[in-house]
Amino acid sequence: MSVYLLGVNHRTAGVHLRERLHFSQQDALHAAGELRGQGLMMEALVLSTCNRSEIYGVVMGNEESEAGVERYVCSFHGVEPAHLNGCLYRRRGREAVTHLFRVAAGLDSMMLGEAEILGQVRESYLAAQREGLTGPVLNRLFQASLEVGKRVRTETRLGAQAMSVPAAAMKLAEQIFGDLKNNSAAVLGAGAMGAKAARHLRNRGIGRLWVANRTPERARQLAEETGGHPAPWEEVPDLLAKADIVVTSVGGSDWTLTRESLAAAMHTRGNRQIFLIDLGVPRNIDPGIAEIYNVFLYGVDDLREIVDQNRQARENEVPGAEAIIAEHVEKFAAWQSGSEAGATLAELRQKLRLERDLFAGNRREELEQFPAAERERILALMDGLMEHLLREPSERLMKNPEARERAIFLRELFGLDGPRIRRPGTRQGRDE
Amino acid sequence: MGTPPPTFAYAAAALYAASLACYVRKLFAEGKWAGRAASLLLIAALVTHYFALLQRAFSIHSVPYQDIYGSTSLLAWFLALTYLSLEFFHRERAMGAFALPLVLLLLGLDLIVTPHTAPRAPARGSIFALHVTTNILAYSAFTISFVFSVIYLVQDRLIRKRRPGAMLWRLPPMEDLERMTRNGVRVGLIAMIFGIGMGMVVDQRLTGQFLSLDPKVLISFLMLACYSAYLWVARSPAWRGARASLLCAASYFVVVFSYTVVNLYLSGFHRFY
Repeated sequence: MSVYLLGVNHRTAGVHLRERLHFSQQDALHAAGELRGQGLMMEALVLSTCNRSEIYGVVMGNEESEAGVERYVCSFHGVEPAHLNGCLYRRRGREAVTHLFRVAAGLDSMMLGEAEILGQVRESYLAAQREGLTGPVLNRLFQASLEVGKRVRTETRLGAQAMSVPAAAMKLAEQIFGDLKNNSAAVLGAGAMGAKAARHLRNRGIGRLWVANRTPERARQLAEETGGHPAPWEEVPDLLAKADIVVTSVGGSDWTLTRESLAAAMHTRGNRQIFLIDLGVPRNIDPGIAEIYNVFLYGVDDLREIVDQNRQARENEVPGAEAIIAEHVEKFAAWQSGSEAGATLAELRQKLRLERDLFAGNRREELEQFPAAERERILALMDGLMEHLLREPSERLMKNPEARERAIFLRELFGLDGPRIRRPGTRQGRDE
Repeated sequence: MGTPPPTFAYAAAALYAASLACYVRKLFAEGKWAGRAASLLLIAALVTHYFALLQRAFSIHSVPYQDIYGSTSLLAWFLALTYLSLEFFHRERAMGAFALPLVLLLLGLDLIVTPHTAPRAPARGSIFALHVTTNILAYSAFTISFVFSVIYLVQDRLIRKRRPGAMLWRLPPMEDLERMTRNGVRVGLIAMIFGIGMGMVVDQRLTGQFLSLDPKVLISFLMLACYSAYLWVARSPAWRGARASLLCAASYFVVVFSYTVVNLYLSGFHRFY
């Protein structure tokens, strides 16, 4: 009984194939239910995002059921198995566990360390759990993966650095002003970059946001979307006097902000610090403005350089994240090993009890010579002897680091995976 | 009179060093344990250091400010205490890695160069002890403010030159640093005004006049003027930011001059024994 994973991701398959193999939330639950229903997996969970479609499950470890899962995926999506050659990956046991932990930590993401995947893993798990598709193994596995993701984010700086130009600009703004809820910002230009910046500002909890655009309608739309206030383009000088952060992303070759206009604004604002973010190409802000006291000016190239540095910094955090993953893989393996050993012992006890019943059943006549109370006492003594004989070996097994291997040996030795014993009273006593 | 072996002082130094290691770890790696451990170790170091000061005080029957060594140790203790108070107040642990090296330096100076015999100074009463102690508290608060303002200036330069680098993101935001600097200076000014007031009372008792024109007194008023000016400009629109931080950092040189040159060579009755 081990964890099995079958999947495709952005590294192994192009976007067209990923789209074909994508599972909607409903499809994911339906497919997992069918995999269980067909006896291909004992527990099943489908994790499907724009970058990956992965099926996690608990299988008995035979190749037949694994091949069955592949056949099911092909038939579910109507894809010829030949089309998937080289695109599917299969992981078993420890490798499957490590893979999921790397996914949750963001190490397997297209953008290294992205945080969104952890939420997607959580949602997929909770949905499968609600539907009763997971069991003790997948519950434990996915809970551990969520813990890994959380630890990697809190104990390393893998997700700390900004990976896009607007995000880098916001990080800088926070480095200057601290919590942005006490500050105000103006976005000049409601194009794609301006809209991104406005959304970032809103997400970072900016206290007050104005949006100005040469076409007032677009300014109004973006302001509505981001909870800001639209401002007429003519009021830009006033906005410069009020806002602590100004983002410009305006078309045209003339400076939107000149040194003179900002100097005047600085006078009005009493020289309070101002952070200017020029996202325009060509640039919107006169670079000479950076010489004015208490003015911080960053352009697209400056911010892109920060993003590149951050990418390198994230890569440096990978060994730390891998160490956390390795620790949790060991923990999970130990749990699974102990859990399997415990289950084996429970089955062994059950088998011995049935053997005792069978033994007593075969010797009914001899036992009936004793009064009923004595018979009960003999059976109780047999139970006591059985527990006594099992106690020490059980303790030794549970403490053994190779408990899983020993448990497998025990199963073979006592034939726990073989034909089931029938309760006494049946004609042959055993299944055929 | 022979001083007892400074066991507590060595233990305090070891705890400060351990706390510094945790603060540095906190600065360069994520995770809560390092920060919490750093603060706890600092509290333990402060308590141990207090006993070291007490031990010294018992041996000389006075608060240990009579010589530069005891006074340095007391300054180190106040420095750590002021830092810890600001850390709790602002919930910001990133600066421990910059403040504690100074604490260790001052305490180390005391441990390495302190003479085996401590001078026995004449007892001058509790008001005199309060006068010196509050002034040392003021020096420690100014030292912390100096550290904060220097880091502010470094950050300002890094951001202005558009070369933030990896270190920048580990430091507190500039706005917070400015606030921490102002609070440090406020503590220093209040302590110094109180200390000078106590000094006037002592002066009146000893000489019959409230104010002696000793170089130490003059430079103390200069310190008050510099830091009051800082507090004023830190709020003025034209100066707030880097210029105010520069003034704060520059004012600290007056503090250093007062504590070393004036106390050792220039002052009459403020001289170390």
